[in-house]
Amino acid sequence: MWVIYTLNGLYFAALLFLTSLGLNIILGVMGILNLAHGSLYAIGAFMAAWTIIQIVTKVPEPLLYVSLLSGFVLAGIVGWVMEKTLIRAMYKRTLEYQLLLTFGALLLLEDLIKMVWGGQALYASAPFDLLGKVEILGSVYPAYFLFVIAITLGVAFLIWLFMGKTRLGIMLRAISLDREMATGLGLDIGRLSTLAFVLGSGLAGLAGALVIPTTPALLGIGMEPLIFAFIVVVVGGLGSLKGALVGAMLVGLTRSYGIAIFPEIELPLLFLIAGIILVAKPQGLFGR
Amino acid sequence: MYFMRMFGNPKWVTYGIILLVLLFIPYLLSTHDLLLFEYGLTFAIVGLGFNLLLGYTGLLSFGHGAYFAAGAYAVAMMGKYLPQAYAMEILIPAALLFSLLISIIFGFLCVRHTKIFFSILALSLSMLLFALLFKLYHLTGGSDGLRVPIPTMFGMAFKGVRRPLFLAGTYYYFLLAMFTLSFLIMRGIVSSPFGKALQAIRDNEIRAELIGIRVRRYRLYAFCISGMYAGLGGALWSFVNGHVTPDLSHWVFSGEIVYMTLLGGFGIVEGPVVGAMIFTYLKLYAMGNTEYWMFVIGATLIILVLLLPNGVAGGATALWTKIKNKRLTAENAENAGKN
Repeated sequence: MWVIYTLNGLYFAALLFLTSLGLNIILGVMGILNLAHGSLYAIGAFMAAWTIIQIVTKVPEPLLYVSLLSGFVLAGIVGWVMEKTLIRAMYKRTLEYQLLLTFGALLLLEDLIKMVWGGQALYASAPFDLLGKVEILGSVYPAYFLFVIAITLGVAFLIWLFMGKTRLGIMLRAISLDREMATGLGLDIGRLSTLAFVLGSGLAGLAGALVIPTTPALLGIGMEPLIFAFIVVVVGGLGSLKGALVGAMLVGLTRSYGIAIFPEIELPLLFLIAGIILVAKPQGLFGR
Repeated sequence: MYFMRMFGNPKWVTYGIILLVLLFIPYLLSTHDLLLFEYGLTFAIVGLGFNLLLGYTGLLSFGHGAYFAAGAYAVAMMGKYLPQAYAMEILIPAALLFSLLISIIFGFLCVRHTKIFFSILALSLSMLLFALLFKLYHLTGGSDGLRVPIPTMFGMAFKGVRRPLFLAGTYYYFLLAMFTLSFLIMRGIVSSPFGKALQAIRDNEIRAELIGIRVRRYRLYAFCISGMYAGLGGALWSFVNGHVTPDLSHWVFSGEIVYMTLLGGFGIVEGPVVGAMIFTYLKLYAMGNTEYWMFVIGATLIILVLLLPNGVAGGATALWTKIKNKRLTAENAENAGKN
């Protein structure tokens, strides 16, 4: 059983990592906490479900997995529009207004989802069913969960490459480290901020898309992941990639074992651990 | 002497007139509108307290639904488990105590931080309470929530009285009294040395610390006071609504509290009161007329943030100052002409 719980924990951590990574990139580069991040996750989920439903009988199976990318793309586009129209006007405003604006965007997006896809749940479990189950260390486990973990590891590697090795990534990191100095060096903060926001939104959309084969797309599907992403950010530290990874693992595994041992108080247990870490290290594990 | 000055002050005269009008509200409004007005009044109390934290201490909590829920559930749980003590004069102190307790625990963790970190932490902790209320269903009724019966008030029993009748009669005046009291106390807090210290912390934390203000402790006090205001609002709300659910502790509900405060304008004592009233009507209007009420609320919020950053009351004050200045300059010009 412990193999299953651990794998479940890793699967959950993978989704959480993608969500909180997006939140963290936006937070680090732009200094804006996007409360509508969960809605972008939901947009990714709905888009992927809708795409799969449209093409499931018409295309060869491997294309279904590629179609999950539609969530990434649409969330990215919505993020782009959001940044250009709303967030842009808020750079110079105080924190209260930035938070409130993204809260307004959240309400707006939740109803937009309802307008576009209706209030009904969308089911698209084909990619999950097609992969079947595999045997690991004597336990039978759905292969799709392993697929998600693998994809996430791939994305994490790509982001690490992007942030660490490419010119664009280094510029993004420069802004999150010292905005003023970066401006002084002549970096185009506006365009880089747009890039960060689109990337972060896309990652949320990807997480939403990846979860869709295992659960129907419902209204408000992004609310819970957002809260967990917050906990990850709080535990891992603001604007830290390493923090997002370690925080996601911690939260994912704690939740999985918590469900196994104390099903009723799994969340309070998580908060207890987060609380202890915060009292010991107020800035989070890897916070600056 | 102080009272004499109060009567001379146009502000206090306005308060007096408003209070006089409020006394006759039950005769002016239909029962439906009166209930709506009572919802608005309870939120106004929450907003008063929230403003102390946001406007005067500079901390933005996205988790004040938790203390609202604490007050409301304190009432509902007393009704379920201690029906023999289900009297208003016991319930209100119980709600205050319970919300104080929760805000001490949560506040202790939150006030170690400021800005975004504070906001996320307050939000996450309110979701912890949400999860508890949701999951411990044999205690709290889970997602079904709990019913809130009509309590006895100062020895008066309301057996067999229908809720709208109770709400439109005695309860309205009790609510109004609680609101007036809360308002006066908040005015007192804000203009007391304690209130000034909070504003000093808001404006410059380091300077405040250097002149000997114990920053973290004062923040915790402000947090607890605003938590108790939210708890009081929640308790009074629960009687109007007759039912409590875990959603009260959900962060989206907390977001609505922030919205109200900003809608009215924070940093002014009266602001959130105006905001709470407008929000209550706006939300009901949107919910009554379209399926997409969140869209309406969200769009209004965005427009408000972009165009009217100081809220309705703030905007009105600015306009008033502008008119006054204009009139002054006009008078000055006139006087100059005479000379």
